[in-house]
Formats: sequence, structure tokens, C-alpha cells
Amino acid sequence: MGGDAAGPVPMDGHDFAIWEKRVDALVILGQQRGHFTVDGLRRALEDMGEQAFESMTYYERWVTSLNQNLIEAGVYSLEELGTKMEEVKARGDTYGAVQS
Amino acid sequence: MPHDHHDHDHLSPSGHPYRKDNDGQLTYWQTMEIAIRELMVEKGELTPAQIQAQIDAMDARSPANGAAVVARAWTDPEFKQRLLENGSDAAREMGFDIGPMHLVAVENTSDTHNLIVCTLCSCYPRNLLGLPPDWYKTREYRSRAVREPRAVLREFGVELPADMTLRVHDSTADMRYIVLPARPEGTENLTAEDLAKLVTRDSMIGTGLPKAP
Repeated sequence: MGGDAAGPVPMDGHDFAIWEKRVDALVILGQQRGHFTVDGLRRALEDMGEQAFESMTYYERWVTSLNQNLIEAGVYSLEELGTKMEEVKARGDTYGAVQS
Repeated sequence: MPHDHHDHDHLSPSGHPYRKDNDGQLTYWQTMEIAIRELMVEKGELTPAQIQAQIDAMDARSPANGAAVVARAWTDPEFKQRLLENGSDAAREMGFDIGPMHLVAVENTSDTHNLIVCTLCSCYPRNLLGLPPDWYKTREYRSRAVREPRAVLREFGVELPADMTLRVHDSTADMRYIVLPARPEGTENLTAEDLAKLVTRDSMIGTGLPKAP
């Protein structure tokens, strides 16, 4: 990435959505709990490949890396995640509606 | 109105459009965030209060922290020396939580300008400046800041004299840079508190200069 050609720097900003702030907080706290390091976070980000940097937003990549690291650390299993995600989806259609 | 977006009915207090949040269609990634958070709470790893406290602490950090450090360095030569020797310790001395990372302050002078970037990702002195602006994380900035930094600076409205040395510092996960901008002329009589108001976020990244008094 560094040194590649690219277009003008986009100056648009946005306020962080609450789900993005929560991802950020979980990444910090997951490290404080000793489940992974910042290098583990980076490694999973890089494993996603260049395509992920085109198709996913910043915090979409982060939540993916967070999940990968927590599963590797044994905090929960892939199966538990899948079950929980189905359960969350069944609660409603919007982020606000599915909070437990 | 700080920005000229088209949809003025949907601007946040900071003048930015709201990003789809609680009322849009639930996304796969949002579902994953909720699932991870709930699993961590269920397993006794974290409490909801801890997660909220972390968000509050993050929200409380702003470039005002960095500006206070810069203003102190402008008015206290011994502190400036300590800041340039060990940025982490100097910032801690002022009561800022720096965590385990190494903070390196790089000084702008009459003949040298510094610019910071993280070509890998988004490493940023967030303890002193808050969360990075969106542009800092874009591939455009990360790619070009090391390839054609003077052109990038022009897009931010900073035109450096041709004979000024420009140093670009690539941050890493455990080494974060902050620019110590040059003190503007005509500020000899200002207090540290008033000086801090001249120190912008971008002046501490190197994509801007401090405001004139």
C-alpha cells in the first residue's frame, strides 16, 4: 500500500456509529484481557488479502480480525458464534431492534 | 456550517452526516459485533459497564490533549527536551494515559517539516489526539504520503518551500509519532492555555500548521 499510486485524499469524515465504537472498545479490551496482541490483530487483517481493503470498511475488517483472534484464543467457538449470530438476527431487522 | 453536504437535514452536531446506525437494515458485521459482545459478557470476560467505560474514555480523548502537550513544550524548554527524548514519559508526566506504546515527538523547525502516516493500517497517537480522521485511514493518504508527500500536503492547503526538508514518519503498532509544530510568530506574550487553542489536530499530524494568533 505505502508507495502505491492513488487518487486524491478523500476529505469526507463521518461520526463513528455506535457499533464501530463497540468494535474499537472490544479490540482494546480483548487485548487487555490477554487474548491477543496488536500483532495478532494485524496478522488477521493482512490474512484477509488486498480484496478486503477494497470491499470492506475499516471496522468491518476490524470486527473480522477481532473475531478471528478470539476464536483462536478459545474465548468461544465458531459454532457458538454462528448460533449467537442466528439468535441475534432472529430478534429483528435493525441494529437498534436486536440489542438484548 | 463546517461542511457543505447536500443533505442538511441529517447532519450531526459536528456537521457531518450521520452514518447508517441504529435504524438501517442490520448488517452481517453489526450482527457479528453484537454476537461477540454478548458472548464475551456471557462468558464473564467483560461486563457491559466495562465496554461502555472504554467507549467513554475513547470519546473523551481529543486533539485538545495533544494541544496541551504542544503548548507546554512551546513554553517550557526543559519539558520540550524531555518530550523529544521520551514522548511517552513526557505525556504521562502531564497525566495522559499512553499505554505501552512508544510515543515519538518530531519537531518542526524553520528548515524541517514532519508528516506522519501509517502505511500499514491506522496507527495513530490516539491517546493524545483521539480517533484518527477518516482520511488518515484511506488508501489514498497511506499510499501517497510516502510517494508524493508534497502533493498530498498541497491537497491539505500546505505549500512547503522547495528548500524545506520534509520527513515522513511511518507509524507502527507500538511506535506512534506526533508532530511538535513550530510555534507561530507573534505569540511571545500568549499563555500556554491560549497557545493550545492555536494547535490544530492536523498540525500535530503534519498535514496542517498551527493557527495564527
